[in-house]
Amino acid sequence: MSAMGANAPGAGSVPEPARPAITIRGVTKTFEAKDLGTVVALDGIDLDVAKGEFVCLLGPSGCGKSTLLNAVAGFSLPTSGSVKTDGVEVTAPGPDRAMVFQEYALFPWMTVFANVAFGLEIKGVRRGEIKETVDALLATLHLTEFRERFPKDLSGGMRQRVAIARVLALDSPVLLMDEPFGALDALTRRNLQDELLRIWSEWKKTILFVTHGIEESIYLADRIVVMTYRPGRVKKIVEVGMPRLRDVSSPEFNKLKRELTEMVMEEQRRHAEAEARLATAD
Amino acid sequence: MAKKNAGSLVWSLAVPVALLAIWEAASRAGVINPMILPSPSAVFLRWVAYARPARPFDPAEGTYLAWFFSGELLHDAAASLYRVVMGFVIGAGLALPVGLLMGTSETVYRLLNPLLQILRPIPPIAYIPLAILWFGLGNPPAFFLISLGAFFPVVMNTIGGVRTVDAIYIRAARNLGASGATLFWRVILPAATPHIMTGLRVGFGVAFIVVIVAEMIAVNNGLGYRILEAREFFWSDKIIAGMISIGLLGLAIDTGLSRLSDHLLRWHRGIEVGK
Repeated sequence: MSAMGANAPGAGSVPEPARPAITIRGVTKTFEAKDLGTVVALDGIDLDVAKGEFVCLLGPSGCGKSTLLNAVAGFSLPTSGSVKTDGVEVTAPGPDRAMVFQEYALFPWMTVFANVAFGLEIKGVRRGEIKETVDALLATLHLTEFRERFPKDLSGGMRQRVAIARVLALDSPVLLMDEPFGALDALTRRNLQDELLRIWSEWKKTILFVTHGIEESIYLADRIVVMTYRPGRVKKIVEVGMPRLRDVSSPEFNKLKRELTEMVMEEQRRHAEAEARLATAD
Repeated sequence: MAKKNAGSLVWSLAVPVALLAIWEAASRAGVINPMILPSPSAVFLRWVAYARPARPFDPAEGTYLAWFFSGELLHDAAASLYRVVMGFVIGAGLALPVGLLMGTSETVYRLLNPLLQILRPIPPIAYIPLAILWFGLGNPPAFFLISLGAFFPVVMNTIGGVRTVDAIYIRAARNLGASGATLFWRVILPAATPHIMTGLRVGFGVAFIVVIVAEMIAVNNGLGYRILEAREFFWSDKIIAGMISIGLLGLAIDTGLSRLSDHLLRWHRGIEVGK
């Protein structure tokens, strides 16, 4: 990790000479849908994410937050505009922008160890070194006893720990997370959120985190990017600014939660109206 | 647990035993013509005679082991098994690469799929005249027919398996830096294995059906041949003894394949591996 990146976590302010970890400029994404015609999923998105910053993309479904994340990951490139990570244009998926999926996406035919080791094997890391790295990661994420298990034998929370270990093994500076805790129960989710915050501050990662959980975004993020329903635009960027770990029952937390809920619900209503229009059009 | 097993054994044997008892009683009472349907005991005795070495043990003729396996049944079973395995290895051995190629390459798929769809519905048995014309008599036409029978289930399931690999695995693998051969061998192939194993099992089943038919036309040993031979002599008891042998051999093979499949797919959600 660079020394410059180390200044940023939690501070919210970016040292002047540092290049942003992620630069998004004028990103527009359109696609053709059968019954909708041309859909503008993203419309002129501008966003900088500083090194070591934790940013949440928040909005109702259909606001294009996952589309934006996929553009940064390189899975589906924007129709126009540009995405750069550490100053380099994104053209394809790569291990420098490791992704954690809501569906875990662990390889079911590999053991926990093999899943975490996979990225390192592709990089061509020596066997001994792989074993060392992976075992250390499994210990960090409390997975050591599950080393030789297959994913089918693990709970959802455990699977997501493995998925996190798998991307951490790559030591990529940027972590992309697509509603990673969306399928977990509330207690497991909080547990993993704390785990993620610990890793984020210890490892100085830059995290771009997609969620529709308002509380989750306030709990985790330095900044929250609220997005509008189709066409997906940046509605507002909110600095959270509370010290971590944040108390979800504090008045400050709840004030912000009310404001954000209002914004998101407004977009949710537009979503519902659009659905209703579509239904009556049939 | 043991009690429960004993109980379920009683349940599963109740109907077959009752049927056998009625059949035996009817035969003894003279209700059924033994030429049409011999009694179970007659079939059993014939099966023992079929399985037993033809002559008493004579150390001058070879080892005890060789004598033990000198019976007609074991020779026939070995001959049939040899044909099935050869035909299956040829058929599946061609089907796997073709299926993998068709599954991964849209171009190859579009080139080969029409041909495959035309050839697939033709039962291997319809190739018998051509098989004899092309390969003469003996094992070669049998290998040809059996490999045809095994080919299509394997190729279809392999294509299906590769084409339906969940896109999320491919996305995750590409995100971790995998591409090309690594993506294929480490992700696409294992993800398709459940389908491929199904294809192999179905293919082996078809191969087993085809071997019996093939033996009825072109060779002079094997379980299929023995049944046809017994028909010539009106040995209904031996026909049934042969049929039972085919059933037992088929069951043994399928159990073996199913064990292999369980082992290879021990990671798969649907399979509970016993501790």
